Amino acid sequence: MPIAHEFDYVKPGTIEEAIGILAEHGDGAQILAGGTDVVAQLRDDAITPEIVVDIKGIDGLGDIRLAGDRLFIGPLVTFTDVIESELIRESFPLFHEMAVKVASKGIRNRATVVGNICSAVPSCDAGPVLLVYDAQVLLLGPEGERTVPIDEWFVGPKKTDLRQCELVVGLEISSSARAFGGSYVKLGRYRGEDLAQASVAVLVSPDYEYRVAFGAVGPTPVRARELEAEIRNEEPSDEMLETARKAIPRETSPITDIRATAEYRAHMLEVMLERGIRAAVARLNGGGPEYGTRHI
Amino acid sequence: MKHSITLNVNGEEWDVDVAPNDTLLEVLRERVGIKSPKVGCERGDCGACTVILDGKTVRSCLVLAVEADGSGVLTVEGLSKEGPNELQQAFIDRNSFQCGFCAPGVVLAVSELLATNTSPTEDEVKEAIAGNLCRCTGYTPIVEAVMDVVEKDRT
Repeated sequence: MPIAHEFDYVKPGTIEEAIGILAEHGDGAQILAGGTDVVAQLRDDAITPEIVVDIKGIDGLGDIRLAGDRLFIGPLVTFTDVIESELIRESFPLFHEMAVKVASKGIRNRATVVGNICSAVPSCDAGPVLLVYDAQVLLLGPEGERTVPIDEWFVGPKKTDLRQCELVVGLEISSSARAFGGSYVKLGRYRGEDLAQASVAVLVSPDYEYRVAFGAVGPTPVRARELEAEIRNEEPSDEMLETARKAIPRETSPITDIRATAEYRAHMLEVMLERGIRAAVARLNGGGPEYGTRHI
Repeated sequence: MKHSITLNVNGEEWDVDVAPNDTLLEVLRERVGIKSPKVGCERGDCGACTVILDGKTVRSCLVLAVEADGSGVLTVEGLSKEGPNELQQAFIDRNSFQCGFCAPGVVLAVSELLATNTSPTEDEVKEAIAGNLCRCTGYTPIVEAVMDVVEKDRT
């Protein structure tokens, strides 16, 4: 089925030019990067922009680099770029583990990490991992720069804190996470295109401060701060894992949909959290499965 | 507004005028006349429309033609200008396709893998084609054909 909606297409060469176009068209402008969500939404008439603003002509937006003590990820960085980045594999391996579990190669070659959090579906893979990394979303708009902690970025299903005429110009992750152990556990029906039925990201520091986030079990990816507090400074034990499992219902609100029932999601979260914590701690201590493993 | 774009399709230069809402898949099939990329799910799930765009597999149903301006597109027609290549021949020998609808996408997905990894494991092959759905074969003969090529090249 062809795309019925008609729109203009423009490919600005600079960020300033892009912001100018966004300011001129307001709601009528749709930013395009990888297009794996945007083109599907255009076909469904889920979005009906006047103008599509392709940002792939802007230099520097595809960068993955260390800027001071922070990792910078540009808005054109695809999941394949993440997987192929030595810097990420070496220093932010949890990010690598998440990227290899996204959809399939043909999607990962095109889909961007920033696009993933801008589409902001509750099951987005980048969400839970960026939450445990305490990422910052860097924005630029007609009024200037703005930085939003990822924790405040997701405001509802497919809804973010992005304001009209703003462009996400990058993500930043603190290098302090380099010494941490992590894991991303994704439950899906099959390998390939499937979205997560549930997902768990865990990051643990050398003094056993845990960061835990869940995906696809609430209106947005969510950081589980109460759960984290209850297991702080504890090494995994039967008792500690029991405490963690018991905290899950307070942090999540799984629903029944086409991909899974609420009961199944709730049950699997317990299994996934335990495996996620064990893998993250084992990796912190130099062991555990290689990053990229499926865990489930 | 129409945009004039240039595509290099299987080594041939094409100048076409496209509307912003024309997909690369539609332009390849309807304007360039390349019919191997198939119209399947049209939402990126099935992989039947896979083409290699500037060296990487993409879903041509999820790429606007205008985005591909100045790019190189490779399809199975480009692989088999002198008859089936080694990989395609292995698929024939193993009877790896029944209806054939998924075949072009699968061949391109495997070609992308073999371009960077000449001796993949069976698991790596399965991962490479995980986004190409086949409803006929159960995948076994497809993986066998790829492993035939891998093992032949190893010896």
